[in-house]
Amino acid sequence: MTEILSVSKLNKKFGGVTVANDIDFTLHAGTMHCLIGPNGAGKSTFFRLILGEHAPDSGTILFRGADITRLRSFERIRRGISVKFQVPGIFKALSVRQNLDVAFQHHLHGHNLSSTVKRVVEFTNLEAEVETPAGALSHGQQQWLEIGMAVGVEPTLLLLDEPTAGMSPDETRKTGEMLHDLNQRGITILAVEHDMAFVEQIATQVTVLHFGRIFAEGTIAEIIDHPGVQEIYLGGSDE
Amino acid sequence: MDRPDTPHTDEPLVAETQMERRSALAIWISRLEGPQTMGRGPVFWATAALVVLAAILYPLFSNPFAVGNSAYFMVWTFMAMGLGVVWGYTGALSFGQTAFFGLAGYAYGVLTINFGAAYGFTWIALAISVALGGLFAMLIGYFMFYGRIKGVFVGIVTLSVTLVLETFMAQTAGPQWRIGEARLNGFNGMSGMPPLTIPWPGDAIVLYPGVGLYYVLLAMVVLCYLGLRMLLNAPFGNVLVAIRENPERAEMLGYDTRAYQMLSFALGGALAGLSGALYTAWGQYITPSSMGLTAAALPIVWVAVGGRRDITATLLGTLAVLFAFQSLTVYGSQYALIVMGALLLFTVLLTPDGLIATAMRWLGRTFGGAKR
Repeated sequence: MTEILSVSKLNKKFGGVTVANDIDFTLHAGTMHCLIGPNGAGKSTFFRLILGEHAPDSGTILFRGADITRLRSFERIRRGISVKFQVPGIFKALSVRQNLDVAFQHHLHGHNLSSTVKRVVEFTNLEAEVETPAGALSHGQQQWLEIGMAVGVEPTLLLLDEPTAGMSPDETRKTGEMLHDLNQRGITILAVEHDMAFVEQIATQVTVLHFGRIFAEGTIAEIIDHPGVQEIYLGGSDE
Repeated sequence: MDRPDTPHTDEPLVAETQMERRSALAIWISRLEGPQTMGRGPVFWATAALVVLAAILYPLFSNPFAVGNSAYFMVWTFMAMGLGVVWGYTGALSFGQTAFFGLAGYAYGVLTINFGAAYGFTWIALAISVALGGLFAMLIGYFMFYGRIKGVFVGIVTLSVTLVLETFMAQTAGPQWRIGEARLNGFNGMSGMPPLTIPWPGDAIVLYPGVGLYYVLLAMVVLCYLGLRMLLNAPFGNVLVAIRENPERAEMLGYDTRAYQMLSFALGGALAGLSGALYTAWGQYITPSSMGLTAAALPIVWVAVGGRRDITATLLGTLAVLFAFQSLTVYGSQYALIVMGALLLFTVLLTPDGLIATAMRWLGRTFGGAKR
C-alpha cells in the first residue's frame, strides 16, 4: 500500500511539557485510521503539527512523498490535506450555501460551483437548510457542514478531530456512513475519536497515543485486546 | 432529526470543471447582487436609480453653495467605503485610514504645485496619489498581517501611524521642508495647488467646488459603489468575509489569509487616498490635522453608524452623518463632536449592525425584495 503520510521522529514541547515525543507514524492511502488515547495524550496537537498550526521542534512530515514540515497551513491544504475541527469551524453568520461557496470557489466557478454545492448539500443531508445561517444549525448539522466544506478542497487526506462529539446516536451512525462513503470515493481518513463504538464502525487501523508517544498500533480487535491499552484508556481489566 | 440515510452514488462530489459559457462581463455584472451586499431585485434597483436621478437633478433646484457642500460630502465617502471593506468585511478595525488620506492629499499637492494643471496632469496626480495611498497601506498591511497582528492591535498600530504622520508634518514649517516648489508649511499646511482640471479645446474646465465638481464626484461615487458591490460579491469578497468570521477555517480551506487581509487593507488605503487627493483638490489645501486623532475617529463613527458590514449602508450612513455633523457645527451647536460620540455609543449599544443597515433589513423584511 502507498504511504500517504509519513511522520518521523516528531518532537514538540510547550514549555516543559512534551506533547509529541519522537512520534513515528505512517498512514497508508485509502485507509480509515483512528487515533485514540486519554485526554492530554497529544492527539489534537499531533493534528495541528500535521496541519502546520504548530511548528515541530524536530522531525519531519512527508505527505505523498514530499516534505511539508516547513510549509504554511494553507500550502498543506492546497496539496490535498483537509480538516474538520473538534469545535465546528464554520462561518456561523453565513448561510450553508455561502459556507460551501467559500470552500469550493478556490477551483470551481459558475455552473461547476453551483452543481458541486448541490451535490455536497445532498451528501450532507442539508437540503432543507441551504439558506439557513450556519450558526442556526444543530450541532450535528454543523459538523456535517464542516465535513462538506472539508471535502471542497478535493483532499486526498481528511483529518477529523472528534467528528461525532456532541452528536446523537443516530447522527453518529449517519456520520459513520458519510465517512465510509468518502473513503470509497478515494479519500484517506485519519480521525481522533473517543467513542469506541464509532471507532469500531469506521476504523481499519487504530493508533493509541499516550503522553505524546505512540503507545500501540493495530487493528481494532488487536487494540481492544491490548492489556496496556485497556489499562490506560479503555477502563482497565478486573484481572 | 428525521433524515434519509446518506445516499451513496459513484458520482464525484466535486464536479468536473467545464468551460464557463457566460462572458466575463456578464459574470461581473451578475455580481452587482450577491450574498455580501444588501439590496436585490427590481424594487431595489428602481429605488437606487431614482436616488441617482434625484442627485442628478439636485443642482437644478439648489444653490451653488449647497451643491458645492454636497460635493464636499461625497469626497469623504470613498474613505468610508474603504474602511467598510477593511473593518466591516475583513474584520480589521483600522483607526488610521487618515494616514493614507493625508499622504495622498499631500502627494496631490506636491505633484500639482510642481507640475501644474496643464494637459490633464491633475488627473495623473490624482491617480499617482491614490496609488501611493494604496502602496503605503500595502506596506503597513504587510508588516501587520504577515506579523500576525490582529484584533485591537491593528487599531493601535494604524492609529500610531496616522499620529506619527501628523506629528511629522506639523514640524515641517521651516523653509528647508520643501519638495521642489511645494512648501510643506508645518502646522498651517500646504495650499495653492490647482483643483482638478479637465483639458478642453479653447479653455480648460477647472473644477472648483460647484456644479461641475459635483457631477464628477457623483459619477465617481456611483462607479466606486457599483465596483465595490461587484468585488465584494466576487470570490475575493467571499474570502474577506470568511476571514472576518473564522480566519483559522479560512486558512484551512487553502486561502493565504495574510495576503487577502493585506490586499483588503491596500484597497482601503487607496480609497482613503482617493478621498485625500479629492479633498485637497476640492479645498486647495491640506493640513496635518487631517491626520490627527479627531480626523481619525470620525470615519469610524460614519461607518459604524451607517453599518460597517454592508457597502450601501456605509455609503448612505456616511452621507447622513456628515450632513448632520456639519449642520450641528454650522448652525450653532458647539458640541457636534460630543453628539457624534453619543451617536456612536447609541449605535454600539442598541444597533450594533448600524442604523442604516438595521433600517434596510427592516424594510427588506417588511416589503420584500430589498433584503440580503
